[in-house]
Amino acid sequence: MKKHFVNAVLMTVVTTVLLGIVYPLAVTAIAQVLFRSKADGQIIYRNGQAIGSRIIGQPFTGPEYFHSRPSAAGDGYDAAQSGGSNLSPTNHILVEDVEKRVKAEQVGSNPVPIDLVTASASGLDPDISPAAAYYQMARVAHSRGIPESAVQSLIERHTQRRQLGFLGASHVNVLELNLALDRLYPVHN
Amino acid sequence: MTKRGKSKRAVWDLKIVRRAAVDAIWKLNPQTMMRNPVMFVVEIGSVLTTVLLVRGYRHGLLHSGFSLQITVWLWFTVLFANFAEAMAEGRGKAQADTLRKAKSETIANLLRDGHIEQVASAKLRTGDVVVASAGEFIPGDGEIIEGVASVDESAITGESAPVIREAGGDRSAVTGGTRVLSDQIKVRITSNPGETFLDRMISLVEGASRQKTPNEIALNILLAGLTIIFLLAVVTLQPFAIYSGAPQTVFVLVSLLVCLIPTTIGGLLSAIGIAGMDRLIQHNVLAMSGRAVEAAGDVNTLLLDKTGTITFGNRQATEFVPAPGFTGEQVADAAQLSSLADETPEGRSIVVLAKEKYGLRGRDLATHEAHFIPFTAQTRMSGINLDGREIRKGAVDAVARYLEQNGNALPADVRAAVEKIANTGGTPLVVAENGRAAGVVHLKDIVKGGIRERFAQLRAMGIRTVMITGDNPLTAAAIAREAGVDDFLAEATPEDKMRLIKHEQSQGKLVAMTGDGTNDAPALAQADVGMAMNTGTQAAKEAGNMVDLDSNPTKLIEVVEIGKQLLMTRGALTTFSISNDVAKYFAIIPAMFSGTFPVLNALNVMHLRTPQSAVLSAVIFNALIIVALIPLALRGVSYRALSAEALLRRNLFLYGLGGLIAPFIGIKLIDVLLTASHLA
Amino acid sequence: MTAQGWFQISVFFLAVLALAKPLGIYMARFFEHERTFFDPVARPVERIIYKLTRVDEQHEMRWTEYGAAMLMFSVVSMLLLYVFLRLQHFLPLNPQGFPGAAPDLSFNTAASFTTNTNWQAYVPETTVSYLTQMAGLAYHNFVSAAVGIALAIAFIRGIARHERETIGNFWVDMTRATLWLLLPVCIGFSIVLVSQGVLQNLKPYQTVKLVQPQRSADGKVTSTQTLAMGPVASQEAIKMFGTNGGGFFNANSAHPFENPTPLSNFLEMLAIFAIPSGLTYTLGRMTGSQRHGWAVWSAMAVLFLVGGTTVYWAESHGNPLLHGVDEQHTASQSGGNMEGKEVRFGIAGSALFATATTDASCGAVNSMHDSYMPLGGMVLLVNILLGEVVFGGVGAGMYGILIFIILTVFIAGLMVGRTPEYLGKKIEAYDVKMAMLAILILPLLILVFTAISVVWPSFLASIANPGPHGLSEIFYAFASGAGNNGSAFAGLNANTLWYNTTLGVDMLFGRFLMIIPMLAIAGNLARKKTVPASPGTFPVATPTFAVLLMSVILVVGALTYFPVLSLGPVLEHLLMAAGKVF
Repeated sequence: MKKHFVNAVLMTVVTTVLLGIVYPLAVTAIAQVLFRSKADGQIIYRNGQAIGSRIIGQPFTGPEYFHSRPSAAGDGYDAAQSGGSNLSPTNHILVEDVEKRVKAEQVGSNPVPIDLVTASASGLDPDISPAAAYYQMARVAHSRGIPESAVQSLIERHTQRRQLGFLGASHVNVLELNLALDRLYPVHN
Repeated sequence: MTKRGKSKRAVWDLKIVRRAAVDAIWKLNPQTMMRNPVMFVVEIGSVLTTVLLVRGYRHGLLHSGFSLQITVWLWFTVLFANFAEAMAEGRGKAQADTLRKAKSETIANLLRDGHIEQVASAKLRTGDVVVASAGEFIPGDGEIIEGVASVDESAITGESAPVIREAGGDRSAVTGGTRVLSDQIKVRITSNPGETFLDRMISLVEGASRQKTPNEIALNILLAGLTIIFLLAVVTLQPFAIYSGAPQTVFVLVSLLVCLIPTTIGGLLSAIGIAGMDRLIQHNVLAMSGRAVEAAGDVNTLLLDKTGTITFGNRQATEFVPAPGFTGEQVADAAQLSSLADETPEGRSIVVLAKEKYGLRGRDLATHEAHFIPFTAQTRMSGINLDGREIRKGAVDAVARYLEQNGNALPADVRAAVEKIANTGGTPLVVAENGRAAGVVHLKDIVKGGIRERFAQLRAMGIRTVMITGDNPLTAAAIAREAGVDDFLAEATPEDKMRLIKHEQSQGKLVAMTGDGTNDAPALAQADVGMAMNTGTQAAKEAGNMVDLDSNPTKLIEVVEIGKQLLMTRGALTTFSISNDVAKYFAIIPAMFSGTFPVLNALNVMHLRTPQSAVLSAVIFNALIIVALIPLALRGVSYRALSAEALLRRNLFLYGLGGLIAPFIGIKLIDVLLTASHLA
Repeated sequence: MTAQGWFQISVFFLAVLALAKPLGIYMARFFEHERTFFDPVARPVERIIYKLTRVDEQHEMRWTEYGAAMLMFSVVSMLLLYVFLRLQHFLPLNPQGFPGAAPDLSFNTAASFTTNTNWQAYVPETTVSYLTQMAGLAYHNFVSAAVGIALAIAFIRGIARHERETIGNFWVDMTRATLWLLLPVCIGFSIVLVSQGVLQNLKPYQTVKLVQPQRSADGKVTSTQTLAMGPVASQEAIKMFGTNGGGFFNANSAHPFENPTPLSNFLEMLAIFAIPSGLTYTLGRMTGSQRHGWAVWSAMAVLFLVGGTTVYWAESHGNPLLHGVDEQHTASQSGGNMEGKEVRFGIAGSALFATATTDASCGAVNSMHDSYMPLGGMVLLVNILLGEVVFGGVGAGMYGILIFIILTVFIAGLMVGRTPEYLGKKIEAYDVKMAMLAILILPLLILVFTAISVVWPSFLASIANPGPHGLSEIFYAFASGAGNNGSAFAGLNANTLWYNTTLGVDMLFGRFLMIIPMLAIAGNLARKKTVPASPGTFPVATPTFAVLLMSVILVVGALTYFPVLSLGPVLEHLLMAAGKVF
């Protein structure tokens, strides 16, 4: 027994150093050399100012921007407190929340694409479905005073197809799309 | 096998049923029930509901007929299980009663200091010597030390033909309770009172000394484990029900528990074991323990004595091969004449063959001047001198010497015929007339009919057969080929046999064998299944773990089959029992909660009328299925010699899938009946 | 349900199949000290480790010694993690300056990571320092996986050996599992993950200016977003490959920094099943019955496909209680039940991940199980309740299914007319007793803890979703804990004294009280003689056996949990169909 205790203590110390310190530091070193930007979170800069990560969603309100999905992370898109709503499908809160969001997003009586009115798993979903983007196309075009076709081609350009043709679902990065809008068709106010 | 008819006795023998019904009630004693954890839980449940029922009446709370019916059926569940066990014991008990009659007190003629003293048989001790004469019962088990007698052993074997018992050799054992029919014998007693073969036999058939077998113990652990799991599931169901706003009554919870725990196999398990032993007894085989029966099912290698098992005990003449200058008829004639006085089975078979082949009749030799020459160790020939003819027959070397003395040599054709016969496993017997070789008689070991198919079946089931014989390898190989055994051991000594058994066992195999001689005893003890012949010596009978009262070694194959059938029955009913639960859930769970949540009626796939009738139907089905399966438990599932894969598929289909479906039908039917009769 | 969805599932399935053989052979080789291509790298390191830890690599252990060493190591390393959690504010690499964790949370977390559960009652990005993540949590991801694999190998040795007292050396087995398998694969895998966008840095959290500042209802203006950082990829790799599942972030594999692309998602799912699937081949190889290994693999594969298909179907149909929404699948959207799911993964990528993570005792999530449709969520729950033997956790799935195999052989083995035997080993009372103990422990923990929790008002307060779903939430928590899964119906607030403590006990007992009887069986089997196979031997290498094994797993699971499932997810489903909300 005593022998095993000694083995256990020594094994814990040795493996902690190897697996808990050496390994992650080594991987960090390799990653920083090979994929520096990605390892650091793909931060986007505008005029020298960090304005977000390419792959972390941000909240957008108002008619001139494409809206991101509802977020349950903190007060919404809190990237230091990720998470979903964890509401069950039969929870009245979910049903009421969705009802409110539908009211806010709905165009005429057209049903709203489901991802636009439901909270994502991470609360930081950077994407919406192409359907959700097209659904907002008319509003954005109108509020920016530009033709819908311009917005449509922008959406098409920002639509990421299924990876390798079959993985995942096609999606549109909201932050990139909105940044492109601002760059190409800035709002003058 | 005179008793085979008995096994056909109807399962529902009225006398046995009556006795079993009474026994079932006696078995309610908690101390007895505790040995069967599954049924013990049912009994506790029944007591619980009974107490609640009685308290309810006392406090003036009118219970519905539902609670009463549930309680009654719970008790029936326990009783049915007890009844099944009692039924299985019933046949053994009936047989034990017969045996006890044979055991009734007899007077022994004890030989002490040259005088005969009359003492009660119960006073006899090991080493005493007694004398038994014609008409007297042999007072105890023993070895004949002097004399020869014909003995009626029907009390034990059921075989009415008397058997010869004599001092010395392998036929010296006698059993207490058997009767001397002729002559007088002196017997040395080999067992103390209460330990005699008859005592053991009574306790064996009665199941009094029955202990759980290893596999039964393991199965009981599994069933106890499942019972605990279901106990957990049911006990914790109440808090979940309370959370959901639909608390349940104790009656319903106990019903659910009883339906879920494996009562079918739990109630029938011991009956299956007893019935397995009983089936052996119906075959006139006594297993000294249930463990031996299980081991029989597991046997990998069967060691079978050639003589008596694979071949008929005696060689028979099958062919006359004439020497140059002789015709077949002449050879037959000479051979027949020389065998007329030969009373051995071989000799008789020569007479018969000559008659069949050439129409030669056994002649009345009184009219002739005939002089028989008996077989002697010196000449190793026998023969006849008749009307100037000198006929001799014997083994080839003996006859060759005889020919040489007459200035003749064994013709090459005859030598070739002899070799050919020997090569096919036969025994050549050369016949000579007046100093000249007349021809050869082909004596052959006759392989029993159907044995080859039997071995093929065993092979399909993964059992290897090894033939044991004292013959030379050539002969042995030929017979082995003809009989279809997998291997053979020629010129076998008891030591060879022992070595073979140990070799097989070292590879993890289980070995079964038969034996009767004293020198078989060590091997019988070493084998996993050692079946001693009842005609054998006391030592052999004590070394083995089974005794065949018919002394028919072929029965070892049937013993293996019975062992397998026993295990299969256990497995089949376990599978059936567990599969049953699915339907019971679908009956009871919706019944429990559809009052509060009508949507849960979606699970009521059997469309049972009311919640009460649903619960009651499940409980009744659960009780009745025990009774319905009693015949199967007692008879065993139908046995087929198939490979394990085929057997598994077949039994899974029958008892797994069948067990899944049957209760859906059964419960629905009971529900319809209950509703029609307004019981629920 | 779409063609692409099915195609993704098929490709995943084939990839798992393709990995089984090479990984299986490799594991069998290095565990049995045969030569492998990796020896020149790993062997010198191995020697140094034995020298430093004073391990005698030649020493063979009986099952009791093997178990004692394993327990001792687990206790010591668990204590170390507890210390890391409590004292992290005194230790380096804590750029956010997080304080030490509370005692009950620290106990719960230490138990959770030691048992390979990775249940997380805390929000990582607001609770634990980088050092705790690396040297405390990710470290346990390695060793708890190595311990699991070692135990599975020990059990397989028990079957393969005969008339032997010993089943290997614990220290050697866990060291080899680490050096030959986990560490090299994770180095490669973490770099691949970084290439997809997974973080790997030691920077403090980054604050960025929002493109559009937000004003909340109460007038508060938010103009920045704080991005949590850290050495994620190195932890992510072992988290998946070791079927641990503890997220670097609260959102786990749903977080874009942990699982940025559909490809990373695919690889993470594949990593879950890689070792467990390979171990079936190892089983076949080491016991000399490759077909048996495949039969076990097939049983697992069928259960996986049935479960995965059901979840995919349930989630594709969307929530009937929502109005004014478009849940149809079209070319431009996944449709279905998107609450708690990420757009880039879609329904198929989420359903498949959820199935894999609950089949194995991984517990990583890329979507929120609590928000699954009742039947979809039920399948996930059932996957855990079946004992996580559908491929299962690394090692744990193997020894878990071996327990079921022993049970299967025992129940059905008699039907071939022989006393039960498994690969030549007679299964006797002792083995059955131990197998039943191992099987019993899970329902005991899960049912009893859940039962207490659902009748105590203060424990009920933790429920986020009322009605039948609340029962499911608590039930899922204890199932996940005892089964060492670690995923959750995460609405339940489990960071309370009651849940931290009981779930800690749940996880520890669920792991070790199952391991001990399992090792006892291994030791007992190793001692037995091997009966040579014949046509009369119970077949364990045929489709019949695979079907039988599946049936036993399903029937035992279904019979144990039918009542509570019918009051939880089944009732919720039926009520939902009737239009009821809670």
